[in-house]
Amino acid sequence: MENLRELYQEVILDHNKNPRNFRKMEDPDGFAHGNNPLCGDQIDIYLKIKDGLVEDVSFDGAGCAICTSSASMMTMALKGKTEADAEALFNSFHHALTEDAAYPDDVPLGKLAVLTGVKDYPVRVKCATLAWHTFDAALKKIQGEVSTE
Amino acid sequence: MTSNTAQYDVVSIRNDFPILNRKIFGKPLVYLDNGASTQRPTQVIDAVTDLYENHYSNVHRGVHTLSQESSVLYDDARVKVRGFINAACVHEVVFTSGATESINLVAQSYARPRLQKGDEILITHMEHHSNIVPWQMVCEQTGAELKVVPISDKGELEMDRFHELLSEKTKLVSVVHVSNALGTVNPVKELIDAAHALGVPVLVDGAQAVPHIPVDVQKLGADFYAFSGHKIYGPTGVGVLYGKEKLLNEMPPYQGGGDMILSVSFEGTTYNQLPYKFEAGTPNIAGVVGLGAAIDYVQKIGLGAIAAHEHGLLVYATSRLRRIDGLRIIGEADQKAGLISFVLDAVHPHDIGTMLDAEGVAVRAGHHCAQPVMERFKVPATARASFAMYNTFDEIDVLAEAIVKTIGMFS
Repeated sequence: MENLRELYQEVILDHNKNPRNFRKMEDPDGFAHGNNPLCGDQIDIYLKIKDGLVEDVSFDGAGCAICTSSASMMTMALKGKTEADAEALFNSFHHALTEDAAYPDDVPLGKLAVLTGVKDYPVRVKCATLAWHTFDAALKKIQGEVSTE
Repeated sequence: MTSNTAQYDVVSIRNDFPILNRKIFGKPLVYLDNGASTQRPTQVIDAVTDLYENHYSNVHRGVHTLSQESSVLYDDARVKVRGFINAACVHEVVFTSGATESINLVAQSYARPRLQKGDEILITHMEHHSNIVPWQMVCEQTGAELKVVPISDKGELEMDRFHELLSEKTKLVSVVHVSNALGTVNPVKELIDAAHALGVPVLVDGAQAVPHIPVDVQKLGADFYAFSGHKIYGPTGVGVLYGKEKLLNEMPPYQGGGDMILSVSFEGTTYNQLPYKFEAGTPNIAGVVGLGAAIDYVQKIGLGAIAAHEHGLLVYATSRLRRIDGLRIIGEADQKAGLISFVLDAVHPHDIGTMLDAEGVAVRAGHHCAQPVMERFKVPATARASFAMYNTFDEIDVLAEAIVKTIGMFS
């Protein structure tokens, strides 16, 4: 079980126990519900956008430690980002968990890098990306695009 | 702790299952996901290999030797299934792709032509999705309504409510014999007797029952009984629908194709007799032959002995898990088969699944295709340890210790 320390690092366990921005939001500009039907993880993402910036982002729901901590860390990473930077971070995070090599335009993941250990547990990748896909859907709704999720 | 059933030779049983020698992350495999699917003994693997290496051809089609040999092996398996569940006759045993198809067959071929607006189908809150969705579909198609018998906090059917919900509007009762999410063994004989008193036929979903408790469809009085091969040590992709001859004869074919006809012309087609009427196309020949071998194997050990062994495991595991702080068992029916669903205060079931896997322990984590049960007990998911004939008391110790370690890591 000690070999799982790589996956369940202290910072992940901490975000799971004390998730940040874990709240419903009054009058969000964007909202999306994310659901992983295979395992039952449910995440709601609330989003406030002002002048093209992610002013506030929060989440609610129930999921495993990987899902919850990823959502928590995501909200911290996204606050204050431009929509374009947020999208770039989403893409880079997704690549880091699903692709063998980084893409040329990938941006540094910063603290989110602790989650890349999930790549070695393919069935858990969806746990880590659920909040991000849900954020993406919420943002696209604001941008008026039709979600393909 | 060692086995307390002295006559039951679990070591020699384990030797029949090659996969139990697997190491997972360097640790001996402790396979406790039997509710999802059991493993296969050499006898089943060999039967399938022998078919393919020595006898294989299509069945019921050729006059040549291999076709005849394959047909004999295929038809023999049906005889074995008949004996295993004590059907009145061999042609009451229909081979399907699994319990799911068996239930869909009854929904579409028996229920759909008979149902109209105002009619009701009665199921229970502890059904697997495969015994919910086919009825929702047929209700949509016919305007009939689905009624659901609630369950208690212990995970038992509320029998008073069952009797209230059962009425002249009820056209079919479909109920799970053993709950895959809770382990509850339902009083199906009582349910069937009550339904029959009103002339209502009953389908029993026996997917989790036949591997663990002796089933006699005639004693139960079940009108339909469905189960899957892969949960009873047989191959995947094969299952059984038992149906009373009279009912099966009244039903139109479920699918059209080869083997289910006597003659075909563009003016019209004469359907084959039972059971072939419901077995269109080339069947899962190897699956059926493997299922026959699995039934032979289970009968050699004896379901009574298997049930006693698994009950011992259940009692021991329940007492060990109850002693773990922060662990809650979901489903504490008085009559339970060998599985334990549980949640931990501090750890989500998916994380439990990954942590236990690192210790070589395979359990199921999730909603077990029974989301209404999860919602009833207000949990997003559970972890489930489900036992089979080859599990040992030592393995329960490994499970319990791995759970304690998991809690330690998350606290």
